[in-house]
Amino acid sequence: MSYLNSIWRNEHSRGVLIQVFVLTGFFALFSWLIGNVISNFTSLNKGFGFDFLLLPAGYDINQTLIEYTNRSTHLRAAIVGLLNTFLVAAVGVVLATLLGFILGVARLSRNWLISKLAYIYIEFTRNVPVLLHILLWHGIIVNTMPHPRQALTIGEVLFLTNRGLYVPKPIAETGIGLVWLGVVAALFFSVGFARYSRARQRQSGLQWPVFRINLVIWILLPMLAFFLAGQPVSLNLPVLTGFNFRGGIQLPPEFVALTFALAIYTAAFIGEIVRAGIVAVDKGQREAAEAIGLKPGQVMNEVILPQARRIIIPPLTSQYLNLTKNSSLAIAIGYMDIVATLGGITLNQTGREMEAMLMVMGIYLIISLLISALMNWYNSRVRLVGR
Amino acid sequence: MKSTSWVIAGLSSVLLAGTAGAATLDDVRAKGELTCIVNTGLAGFAAPNDQGVWSGFDIDYCRAVAAAVLGDSRKVGFVPSTTAERFTKLRAGEGEILSRNTTWTFSRDVDLQQTFVGVNYYDGQGFMVPASLGVTSATQLDGASVCIQTGTTTELNLAEYFSLNKMKYEPVPIATNAEAQSNYLAGRCDVYTTDASGLAATKVAFDNPNDHVVLPEVVSKEPLGPVVRHGDDQWADIASWTLKAMMVAEELGITSQNAEKMKNSENPEIRRLLGVDELQGVSALGLSPDWAYNIITQVGNYGESFERHLGKSTKLGLSRGINALAKDGGLHYVPPVK
Repeated sequence: MSYLNSIWRNEHSRGVLIQVFVLTGFFALFSWLIGNVISNFTSLNKGFGFDFLLLPAGYDINQTLIEYTNRSTHLRAAIVGLLNTFLVAAVGVVLATLLGFILGVARLSRNWLISKLAYIYIEFTRNVPVLLHILLWHGIIVNTMPHPRQALTIGEVLFLTNRGLYVPKPIAETGIGLVWLGVVAALFFSVGFARYSRARQRQSGLQWPVFRINLVIWILLPMLAFFLAGQPVSLNLPVLTGFNFRGGIQLPPEFVALTFALAIYTAAFIGEIVRAGIVAVDKGQREAAEAIGLKPGQVMNEVILPQARRIIIPPLTSQYLNLTKNSSLAIAIGYMDIVATLGGITLNQTGREMEAMLMVMGIYLIISLLISALMNWYNSRVRLVGR
Repeated sequence: MKSTSWVIAGLSSVLLAGTAGAATLDDVRAKGELTCIVNTGLAGFAAPNDQGVWSGFDIDYCRAVAAAVLGDSRKVGFVPSTTAERFTKLRAGEGEILSRNTTWTFSRDVDLQQTFVGVNYYDGQGFMVPASLGVTSATQLDGASVCIQTGTTTELNLAEYFSLNKMKYEPVPIATNAEAQSNYLAGRCDVYTTDASGLAATKVAFDNPNDHVVLPEVVSKEPLGPVVRHGDDQWADIASWTLKAMMVAEELGITSQNAEKMKNSENPEIRRLLGVDELQGVSALGLSPDWAYNIITQVGNYGESFERHLGKSTKLGLSRGINALAKDGGLHYVPPVK
């Protein structure tokens, strides 16, 4: 008895003991749940397997990035949904980051109006649930945009309707290879030029307007190739036929609403993270940079932001994860993402809820871990190197 | 969103709930109430009325089962369910009966481990469009945007119909009937498709029902009926014969009004149905001899229920059509009560 007592009194062994208890309890609960599933599946005479993924799906999807018909398999339908999730996440992350950085800097602006506007935006946006943002945007597009027959148009090329935005679709023709060559050449030149001018600046202190020159190169080289090859790109214009526009690329209201809502919502959080990062940089840094005669843009880009970045990146990662996971709210407005295809229609038509839900959960887990890994890699690159 | 959370709720009930016992009848008697999984709201079929009491054609069936099993048609609890979650809920034991305008198909019957106990409404999928479009036939719908309720047979029928007719369309999947209506009215889609009875029910709820037309094409067979879990034949028999009793009563001219008088009838089938003479097997089924009498007096026969909720005198104004009894030229042909 006194022996047991001494184990309990010892801080280290007590810690071990508690952990053993907790772990045992956890595994007991877990195995009870699994056992329950197995016994319920047996009593329902229901098997567990993924064969259903190879059956024809039988349903149509309105937004497909790869070829898909209703005769394709459930697996392919799931991949179509997964790509739609990726599309929303990727576009959303880019938009949210751009908007978020602008907001963060605007919030710190010395201009009273700009800083208050950014403040109001942030406080309004991040205090309203994201689902309401999504429903609001979808409602706005569907209820205020005109019917296709009264479409708003810009030069008969872009059309805005309550069925979405229609833009021309570029189609590659023979000779497109030369244009790609121009792009690759521009890439090599710009990277080489940037390195050379940096080396030159280190040696002599002289600067070239690298960004502007590279911008010209990026436009000029592909354009030159484009005209040399005899304009090898034709445009497939959207044309109103019957009920809807045909041809071109359709950006459905569901996609636009979801992407915008997620970007606008997440940008508010990113704005605050950026502001925190900038404020965290010692103000002596700014004063020193100004004292040596750097222009305001240079102070921000060369001195403040590189230091703020180290503080910004870890919380930024979790915002990217949030945006990606929030994209599963797509189902509220009928955007066909992985939850709506595999976890929605496929689940309903085949009745394999356990398998389908496990797959959807696994997929989100993998996506999140990938984003984390990527951001951690980037973080380790920009962090302060101790010398 | 909503359907996903329900699916997860269903999943967790599969995880957590113990297995439902084989003798469903005993369970229902023990708790003194039948639990019925029904629509979240479809005019005429299942919706709470002005007093907040569930009423409708599918609700009547649940009440009939309660009358047969418990002797009291009021002893029913209702669990509203979307299309997507209904089978999960039934299998997880959240109700003993699924009476929710559900189409009987091979896969649902066999693969999903459920038993369809009969057909209470023969339906078919139709299309509704705004009258202003000037469309008169479903074959003119090439290129249209179509609103559909996701997780239903309509999704598959639609895909089949349009590919058979070599037409293109944009599917706009939507979770509930109410959301589908608002999207359709906002013009997100040109067409709303669901079962013809559902279209009629949806249309009467619009502000201007006459601005919309239901196209003549019926593109699928949709035999709608109640469902029970696999594996309890006694319960399936009770569920099945409750529906049949309502139809037989109409066939024999027994109504909720005249059932008492009919007990004195000379017709042996009437006497057996009302429990005056012995109907062999009733006690083996676990029911009292007045089971059918309770159904008819408390709920009514099939025709009465139809006219009360769906028929010409209601807002839906549906005619019996193929839902008439076989002797009147319809499809409802019921085995004899012998």
